[in-house]
Amino acid sequence: MTYTLKQAADLLAAGKTSAVELASDYLARIEGAQGALNAFITVDRELTLAMARKADASRAAGNAGLLTGVPIAHKDIFCAEGWKTTCGSKMLEHFVSPYDAGVVERCTAAGLVTLGRTNMDEFAMGSSNENSAYGAVRNPWDRDAVPGGSSGGSAAAVAARLAPAATATDTGGSIRQPAAFCGVTGLKPTYGVVSRYGMVAYASSLDQGGPIAQTAEDCALMLNVMAGHDVRDSTSLEMAKEDYSRDLNQPLKGLRIGMPREYFGAGLAADVAAAIESALAEYRKLGAEVVEISLPRTELAIPAYYVIAPAEASSNLSRFDGVRYGHRAAEYTDLNDMYEKSRAEGFGWEVKRRILTGAYVLSHGYYDAYYLKAQKVRRLLSEDFQAGFGQCDVIAAPAAPTVAWNLGEKGDDPIAMYLADIYTLGVNLAGLPGIAHPVGFGANGRPVGLQLIGNYFSEARLLNAAHQFQQATDWHTRAPAL
Amino acid sequence: MQWEVVIGLEIHTQLSTQSKIFSASSTTFGNEPNTQASAVDIALPGVLPVMNRAAVEKAIQFGLAIGAKINRKSIFARKNYFYPDLPKGYQISQFEVPVVEGGQVTIRVGDQDKVINLTRAHLEEDAGKSVHAVHGMSGIDLNRAGTPLLEIVSEPEMRSAAEAIAYAKAMHSLVTWIGICDGNMQEGSFRCDVNVSVRPLGQKEFGTRREIKNLNSFKFMEQAIKYEVQWQIEQIEDGHKIQQATVLFDTESGQTRMMRSKEDAHDYRYFPDPDLPPLVIDEAWIERVRSELPELPEAMQARFQSQYGIPAYDAATLTSSKAMASYYEATVAAGADAKLASNWIMGEISATLNREERDIADSPVAADALALLIRRVMDGTINNKTAKDVLKKMWEAGDSADAIIERDGLKQESDTGAIEAIIDEVLAANAAMVEEYKSGKEKAFNALVGQCMKASKGKANPAQVNEVLKRKLD
Repeated sequence: MTYTLKQAADLLAAGKTSAVELASDYLARIEGAQGALNAFITVDRELTLAMARKADASRAAGNAGLLTGVPIAHKDIFCAEGWKTTCGSKMLEHFVSPYDAGVVERCTAAGLVTLGRTNMDEFAMGSSNENSAYGAVRNPWDRDAVPGGSSGGSAAAVAARLAPAATATDTGGSIRQPAAFCGVTGLKPTYGVVSRYGMVAYASSLDQGGPIAQTAEDCALMLNVMAGHDVRDSTSLEMAKEDYSRDLNQPLKGLRIGMPREYFGAGLAADVAAAIESALAEYRKLGAEVVEISLPRTELAIPAYYVIAPAEASSNLSRFDGVRYGHRAAEYTDLNDMYEKSRAEGFGWEVKRRILTGAYVLSHGYYDAYYLKAQKVRRLLSEDFQAGFGQCDVIAAPAAPTVAWNLGEKGDDPIAMYLADIYTLGVNLAGLPGIAHPVGFGANGRPVGLQLIGNYFSEARLLNAAHQFQQATDWHTRAPAL
Repeated sequence: MQWEVVIGLEIHTQLSTQSKIFSASSTTFGNEPNTQASAVDIALPGVLPVMNRAAVEKAIQFGLAIGAKINRKSIFARKNYFYPDLPKGYQISQFEVPVVEGGQVTIRVGDQDKVINLTRAHLEEDAGKSVHAVHGMSGIDLNRAGTPLLEIVSEPEMRSAAEAIAYAKAMHSLVTWIGICDGNMQEGSFRCDVNVSVRPLGQKEFGTRREIKNLNSFKFMEQAIKYEVQWQIEQIEDGHKIQQATVLFDTESGQTRMMRSKEDAHDYRYFPDPDLPPLVIDEAWIERVRSELPELPEAMQARFQSQYGIPAYDAATLTSSKAMASYYEATVAAGADAKLASNWIMGEISATLNREERDIADSPVAADALALLIRRVMDGTINNKTAKDVLKKMWEAGDSADAIIERDGLKQESDTGAIEAIIDEVLAANAAMVEEYKSGKEKAFNALVGQCMKASKGKANPAQVNEVLKRKLD
């Protein structure tokens, strides 16, 4: 038996199951699917069961919250005390975190039980999950296909029902794109809503944590746990506590959905376009109105992102130097040799490529031409979105131009991989929230996801729209055969 | 050829905050290695910096003290380079927009005042320390990593080693005065990088500079600058060009030696730190800091001249530290004459403190005790010479001036009859000297005074002796 987050919570509340029982069942499923999917990097039965027992004990003592005892998975980017936190890299192969990330702390405080640590592209750099030092993740719908990235393990785990929900992060689409590829629901909140403390940094000004789950309702419940001000993160927003599920049941009548024409032109695969078109028809049926808008500088998002993100990454990843923790080369002649060998051995190719790109665009004589120019583009893209929101409440877009591609298909062509991020990057550059939810299937029975983009702090509205869609359709209930 | 020296300073002052600039760890000096290094300080994956407002407040204090512009919005930037004592692989500093811009300070060399302009002062974090040769290996101590620094950058306006030292001392005095830095140079709380170049006198363009790094004593700074200036002049006169470089001063050999040339200079790849929003300082904050700022040395110096009627030199010396200034004011408040108090403090008190390497705040003779001693000179109870002996005893035993005068019978003899008797005795016993004086040898008079003082065991009032002796001889 597998459950949504909500179902699991209800069963626990009704006393029909226990946290230990749920955890054991899911651990068995994870074990069974690991060989085929490779969705997890670390599973630690004892740590999981200890958390489950604690949750059961606190329920017995009458201290249970809404989600106490519900099992979830954490992306291996969130530091968790006592757990290996590898971030998909050989660099951190043996790194056991001595502290909890803000997100992990909140999940633990809510009584959620950690099933394990999900696979990901190394340091969250990638769109296919093939950049993991622990092997690629396979798409549960089609094992020849990639699950998307960088939160491919979280998306695949939820799709294969190996966990009711999982934490994830999104720097350029890393929640929304894998959610779309795996036929699940993923929410990337407004920048600053979820604490970045303890989330291994890729590109600090773009990184944002969020949930992946089967349903929008579950995403709302997860965001209620994950969101909130954290004084340890200076970019975390000071805002009143919100109930993100408050508007789930609002009707969509009068909702204006903007269709940016730049997102629906050349480059969008026909199968994806068709599924999106049917989804929009469904939204119309629910009372929404679809209007055409323009986001004229959309294509500039790719170069801007691939300047800013590598620039920040090149600096963020400097701490992995083999001096204090992490991989250190076995033999070296002097300090520089130690740095060079440790980093050469510890980092994979895509990480090295982005560090080099980032160091280049920040270097003397190139800074203005690349980094500063990219920051200007970033402001222009934000302005485009604001102009768009003058005409609509939410913006609809594909999450990716195609359904999931084949493993290895773009392995030798990083540029082709980067271009596939066209529909998700702008949201991160502007700091906006976005949600992806399943709306059907395309070529080879691979899922298609629709992305809804909202203005700042409109998470509740995005969740409301997706939830209403999910009340009227059953795409989100489809599960792949294991 | 006549050469002109051009010097600019970058001073790193450790701000005396309880906790580090971006973490909650303590900044205490000298604890066991790595006992003050939190997850943030050792740069574990995922940790983030949080600005310590106390450090910002100290930067504002400094900016106000030098009449600088406090930027309402300044930016933290990352300075990227690899070094084992730099845990993140970058230092958080300020680059394009520092917290403090401009400002000036007046220095005095000889009896010349000179205004030195400042370029900027910016907040940054200190690095850790590499500890070499521990069991034949290198170790890293991150206790210091993240200690707040205010880097104070001057314009290249100093023209001699003496001016550079005067500037550095003025800055040292100012930052300790306003209490933003403990000024402990041995512990590295106040470190100077000195940019030195030379040019033919009258030439407008600057020569190529070399930067002497990390000088932590005024003595070494002076030696280093003098050596460096001489070296540069010799190089140029021998037909060599100066290459821009960073050099270290070897205190053993007294020479500077190259650390790295411009070609090896780092490209620090500065960019705004995305983990820290711009540092915003509002008017109210500035005004509160302004209202809490102590009276500054320059203002106090002017006040000392007008309020106490002491010369500029005295006022400058007495305001060279806050402790000395308050000691002086307390002495005067306890009844000592303002000029006598100044003389005593700049003279005997300072000399003894220096000899014993003590700070005036820990002087064994407190201000009111000194004031009593001075009052006993003023009211004629003892003379100046006796007073010096009394001070020595006060210093050693901690007794009051009155107790020592009483115990040792040092009260000055001012009774005219008694003095006349002594003088008569001396005149009788020194007939030859009397003759010399009468034949026109003025010196003999002083010798006779000395004899009288000796005969009185130093207790006779010298003024009275003079007067009576003169009357008897003329």
